[in-house]
Amino acid sequence: MPDLGPVWLTLALAAVTTMILLVIGTPLAWWLSVTRGRFKPAVEAITALPLILPPTVLGFYFLIALGPASPIGEFWVQITGDSLTFSFSGLVIASVVYSLPFMVQPLQSAFEQVGRAPLEAAATLRASPIDAFFTVAAPMAKRGFLTASVLAFAHTIGEFGVVLMVGGNIPGRTKVISIAIYEHVETLNYAEAHVLSAGLLVFSFVTLFFVYAVLRRNDAHVG
Amino acid sequence: MSDDAANVLAVDVRLAYPDFSLDARLDVDLQGVTGLFGPSGSGKSTLLRIIAGLERRAEGTVTFGCDAWQDSSRHEFTRADRRPVGYVFQDARLFEHLDVDGNLKYAADRAPRTATSIATDEIIAACDLKALLPRRVGVLSGGERQRVALARTLMTQPRLLLLDEPLASLDAERKKEILPYLEALPQRFGIPAVYVSHAVDEMARLADRVAVLQNGSIVAAGDAVEILNRTNLLPAGAMFDAATILETRVSEHLPGLHLTRLQFQQHEIVVPMLGERAQGDIVRLHVRAGDVALATTAPQGLSFRNVLPGTIAAIDAADASAFASATVDIGGTLLRVHLTRHAVDELALAPGRPVFALLKTAAFDRRGG
Repeated sequence: MPDLGPVWLTLALAAVTTMILLVIGTPLAWWLSVTRGRFKPAVEAITALPLILPPTVLGFYFLIALGPASPIGEFWVQITGDSLTFSFSGLVIASVVYSLPFMVQPLQSAFEQVGRAPLEAAATLRASPIDAFFTVAAPMAKRGFLTASVLAFAHTIGEFGVVLMVGGNIPGRTKVISIAIYEHVETLNYAEAHVLSAGLLVFSFVTLFFVYAVLRRNDAHVG
Repeated sequence: MSDDAANVLAVDVRLAYPDFSLDARLDVDLQGVTGLFGPSGSGKSTLLRIIAGLERRAEGTVTFGCDAWQDSSRHEFTRADRRPVGYVFQDARLFEHLDVDGNLKYAADRAPRTATSIATDEIIAACDLKALLPRRVGVLSGGERQRVALARTLMTQPRLLLLDEPLASLDAERKKEILPYLEALPQRFGIPAVYVSHAVDEMARLADRVAVLQNGSIVAAGDAVEILNRTNLLPAGAMFDAATILETRVSEHLPGLHLTRLQFQQHEIVVPMLGERAQGDIVRLHVRAGDVALATTAPQGLSFRNVLPGTIAAIDAADASAFASATVDIGGTLLRVHLTRHAVDELALAPGRPVFALLKTAAFDRRGG
């Protein structure tokens, strides 16, 4: 029986990351979908950076920004007595940034597809902007929320480079599945590597299959 | 403020786009239906959106009775959701994630509760929606969608209805289906309305007063019949659509023949039975220029039932066209006629010449007042 610790740690990391991304990614995606301001291209570019940067670049900067020598890292040590680097909290922060485009881009295009028309209709029916967002825009963009959440979740599960740089390999703290597989292969423990790799493969397939199946069913409803 | 001001929507607004600018000043009586009429792209919808509070960039003032909804010089702007207007969009804009009942409840849940509220049941009955309530929005026909949109708007208990070409996306059959509802609702619920359209027949049928927009400015405003009969306001190239509005009164019904006899000035016009009108009711006839024929002598043995004597007031014949348009003065009302230039020559039609205008019985749109 392989050690299941990395599996639970990975799921916990992905779940927490996805929830945080829903909270900060939704307003960001909404703003990007409605703004015509001159900062929009810059913000879009920054949001998309994790898509093309090598994970080692992100990881390197996180290591510096979150380390105990940095203002953020120092502040964190003061209030929690623990270091941000090589900790679960540090992994969450790094994952949130690393998976940001996978949350923001599907949401932004979903909001753009909803468009202004239904929200204007809601306004003429006395719905305040916040009310209209939660009762019209969000339900109409629910497929966008589903896609964005699953992609952010799955992408967090699959990350390796950033985690390795920021979190290292501490069992129970930062040793996620991808790190565990790497370690098993390094130590020529192929049997355990097989179990975890196959598990991840099946999990990823089932997740994506579920998403596409749900999206298809919604299609049929609309038609 | 005087009582008059309390019953007026005063609009004085400007809004510039790169390729178009609106600069309109208009006082709308908060009673009955005011038509906002003009060709596509003249700024009708933009003006309506400004009234509703959907165009934040607009400059100027919008005052509803004693409430200032917008005064850009003082940076005052009442958000759309805080203006007591109901807006019916051309494309209905129903919420696809809710069923019909859900759409209506969405509006009802957010409506102010007052002693004078219109009851939900009454709105559903007035729009014939009982059978549609559990339906998904996606399966509704165009006409049904507009009926739901209309009912949803009424659910907000609006003090002013804004109707933005609600018939424009419908085919002729669906239009016929919706028109009676539009016609009845403002009166039935006592809500003043602004109705936007580029169709003369809709204006003739629905509006008490008409304001004409051209290139972003109001060029005429006043009584509907008077404004719609002004020839110079007709959009160019719309000769086939040109029409005259005749204001008539029901004199008697002829049930055996399924006809109704109307009185127009001292003349008589017979139309297909208008069973829902009582004797003495005002009925507006919308007579298309193409449905009128001219004769130089009193006709006999003809299937056209309605003959109005008058004199030619003007003839307009463009050299490059086979067609001409004439206006016939019938006791002060100018009737538009569409005919061929050949006929003009053959009959020697010229201003001042007495003629008889023949009206097809079946060619009427009507409107009660």
